[in-house]
Amino acid sequence: MPKTVQEKEHVVIRFAGDSGDGMQLTGDRFTNATAVLGNDLATLPDFPAEIRAPAGTVHGVSAFQIQFASEDVTTPGDHPNVLVAMNPAALKAELDSVEKGGTIIVNEDAFIQRNLEKAGYTSDPLADGTLEAYQVYKVPMTAITLRATEHLGITKRDAERSKNMFALGLVSWMYGRPTDVTLNWLESKFGGKKQILEANVAAFKAGYNFGETTELFATTYKVKPAPARPGTYRNVAGAQALAYGLVAASHQAGVPLFYASYPITPASELLHELSRLKNFGVRTLQAEDEIAAANVALGASFAGLLGVTGTSGPGMDLKAETMGLAVALELPMVIVDVQRAGPSTGLPTKTEQGDLLLSMFGRHGESPMPIVAPYSPANCFDAAIEACRIAVKYRTPVILLSDTFLSNSSEPWLIPDVGSLPAIDPNFAAGPNAGDEFMPYLRDEHLARPWAVPGTPGLRHRIGGLEKEDGTGDISYEAANHERMTHLRAAKVEKIADDIPPLPVDDPDGDAELLILGWGSSSGTIRAAARRVRRQGKKVATAHLFHLNPLPRNAGDVVTAYPKVLIPEMNMGQLALLIRGRFLVDARSFTKVQGQPIFADELEAEILKVIG
Amino acid sequence: MTDRGDGHVGGDGLVPEGVVATMTKKDFTSDQEVRWCPGCGDYAILAAVQGFMPELGIEPDKTVFVSGIGCSGRFTYYMDTYGVHGIHGRAPALATGIATARPDLSTWVVTGDGDALSIGGNHLIHALRRNVNIKILMFNNQIYGLTKGQYSPTSEEGKVTKSTPFGSVDHPFNPIALALGTEASFVARTLDNDRQHLTQVLRQAAAHKGASFVEIYQNCNVFNDGAFDLLREKPQGIHNQIRLEHGKPILFDEDNRCIAVGDNGRLIIANVDDVEPDTIVVHDVHGRPSLAFALAHISHGPTEPTCIGVFREVERPVYGEAMEAQIQMATERLGPGDLVKLLNSGDTWTVS
Ligand code: SF4
Repeated sequence: MPKTVQEKEHVVIRFAGDSGDGMQLTGDRFTNATAVLGNDLATLPDFPAEIRAPAGTVHGVSAFQIQFASEDVTTPGDHPNVLVAMNPAALKAELDSVEKGGTIIVNEDAFIQRNLEKAGYTSDPLADGTLEAYQVYKVPMTAITLRATEHLGITKRDAERSKNMFALGLVSWMYGRPTDVTLNWLESKFGGKKQILEANVAAFKAGYNFGETTELFATTYKVKPAPARPGTYRNVAGAQALAYGLVAASHQAGVPLFYASYPITPASELLHELSRLKNFGVRTLQAEDEIAAANVALGASFAGLLGVTGTSGPGMDLKAETMGLAVALELPMVIVDVQRAGPSTGLPTKTEQGDLLLSMFGRHGESPMPIVAPYSPANCFDAAIEACRIAVKYRTPVILLSDTFLSNSSEPWLIPDVGSLPAIDPNFAAGPNAGDEFMPYLRDEHLARPWAVPGTPGLRHRIGGLEKEDGTGDISYEAANHERMTHLRAAKVEKIADDIPPLPVDDPDGDAELLILGWGSSSGTIRAAARRVRRQGKKVATAHLFHLNPLPRNAGDVVTAYPKVLIPEMNMGQLALLIRGRFLVDARSFTKVQGQPIFADELEAEILKVIG
Repeated sequence: MTDRGDGHVGGDGLVPEGVVATMTKKDFTSDQEVRWCPGCGDYAILAAVQGFMPELGIEPDKTVFVSGIGCSGRFTYYMDTYGVHGIHGRAPALATGIATARPDLSTWVVTGDGDALSIGGNHLIHALRRNVNIKILMFNNQIYGLTKGQYSPTSEEGKVTKSTPFGSVDHPFNPIALALGTEASFVARTLDNDRQHLTQVLRQAAAHKGASFVEIYQNCNVFNDGAFDLLREKPQGIHNQIRLEHGKPILFDEDNRCIAVGDNGRLIIANVDDVEPDTIVVHDVHGRPSLAFALAHISHGPTEPTCIGVFREVERPVYGEAMEAQIQMATERLGPGDLVKLLNSGDTWTVS
């Protein structure tokens, strides 16, 4: 039947189902087709903490959200316009977030008494008026999938499992997504398993054709490609970008990467990614615990490799001791913290920005460390290179603060030109530096000490956690020396500010009254909220910190230039505390600790409240 | 190949082939003043190690000593090699990073009973399990020396110390049995003041390919003086040291006593005259671990006749080598890493 085509600027879709329904895969595939079409996009996977929560329960719901648009997309969207719910539990878990009047597509076949009970429904929401305010499409996804695959002679169970491809096909049709991207992917994924491949293809096509032929759907939607800088793009998730960044840094430095880590959600992704890249000379070691992982990485650095360890909050607590040693040894090392919600085990699969103060101060004694924080999934690539650059140049451990949201989310990435990546010079010590002598703690103009790796003739030296004498590196308990060394270590980190770009400020008219200052993954929300209030004629400025320690040289000027400063964070106001303490400004904090990103509409409301 | 002096030739652990030892003890002695208590057993171990390293033929420039915290931790500063004095208990992990990153280096760990078995127990067992090519020398003085005399994980039950004024109620570790339990590929015990035995064991540990664990009974004359006197001191040592030598019957006490297989297969200490000669155990370092395990348990501690020497020595894949091999295999299969290709992998699209 003929359909009308309606043009849309942006759409937010949420795919939700049971953990076993393959919703992450469905979302992922939709994302790739969307990326290839040229829409700008941002995604947010949302998994349950339990690996195998009881099937059909609200705890077991796994969801994937994508916002795509014909304009710049900065967040995965606050409220889905479309919810695809594969069972009653998914509907129950997600309904509240759907925009009023939004579209809900359900797998009607799953709304049977037993599933309704498991989801905690006492009556059928498809029939009792619960969904009155929405546009509801009831589609017998299971039944049609079974019919479409029955000629293949596969088990009913295998056939049923393809129903996520039916959903993908249907939504792909609704939004005019290219089918070849998905079909090619299925071919490469299941090429070896002919029947499974055919079942998935049949289900996908059945979904697509169902939209095309039934009268249920009268409209398809068109979202035009977003304007983008010329170049070659791909879609990239934060964990992947971070892994690529570490490999790129190793490439730029000409020093092999040694990544040691202990499995922890959500940082394990990085271990998985890097473990696949052994042909890049990447050494990966799954250590016996978090402490060992840090020590292995530090040992590798001492031996002349690029030592990196990665973890999440609980592991940071355990690595603190080794970070202190790395501060004393003054060796290059990168510690990746993919932050999750705490304290303790907290919400292991949910996002938070609670480790900033831990990174600044969470070691005994005076032990300053540089901190870099990526602000988007693709930016994790740049952050990894920058963290390694600082670590190598200044012979210091560096913390890279990512978070669950950044790690799991994805966005289109203008693939950088390898030739334009920053140079990293390991500048290994090759000979004596004090006449005929070698002094391991004699510093260069950046206050960095020599990196003299074992095997280098004539540079034998012993270093350790005990305080060292300035220059010689011999053990020293002398009072004045300790003070001098403490100041030197602090000055070295502080001097990095000369080597980083100033904090850019986005203030279109130059006369905003309010500065919104952020760091990390809240960047998208801040940009979206600023855009909304600007459309209402309000003037706000935004700035986003990539370097948290040291801060860019102009950070003080920026925050003191505005009568009002608002700092949105997914914590209890950690950056706000630092900024207030450091620059004596009356910065206000806007916080959210719900294990999920701050939404643009929440921040928009706060901004309007602050500027009145 | 190196003659290990134990009747068979082999091992290419840390000893390069065909090297003539032209170095001397001085090449391994740093300019740092040695600061252990006068009379401490550590001095003898240091002298033995510095004296024995030249014969390995490995240059000090290619040698790394790694230590943790405790009196033993200072060892690193006294060796004129590369060295890291790490944090408490973590030396095996640091050394794992070094030895795995750089298989060309000769990497040694010096640790103590508190460092290795208490705070660092986890790292020790995993380094041994992985069979990282590191040589671990554990100075066992059965006390915390640096913190001034608390009981350690090897102190005997009932031990009265500052932290156990009524006697310790902790059961001690048997370090050899623990190492054997991790399936360590080289496990030995020696004494601080028996220069010859110590050197011989170190030589074998160095020649071994993979992780070597050497427990060294070390006298802390300040906080636990005489703990090993039964074995260390001249007259009684002869009677109580059970010296293990591969391929030889286990006889001791001037060949008057032996270890024999008793009723129901248990190992016993007996007078040679009291047992059938074919029940006397012949030591086999390459055989089943059960023998080494039984020998480790023949005494409850150094207050009874106790085995010294190499308990077990077997070949297993070496961790760093296996990692290198994987990198090579991946490179052969996938081609050398191409960053441009990597960044452009997956679905891409071009905007012009
Ligand atoms: S306390 Fe004991 S182990 Fe430590 S240096 Fe003194 S004698 Fe040696």
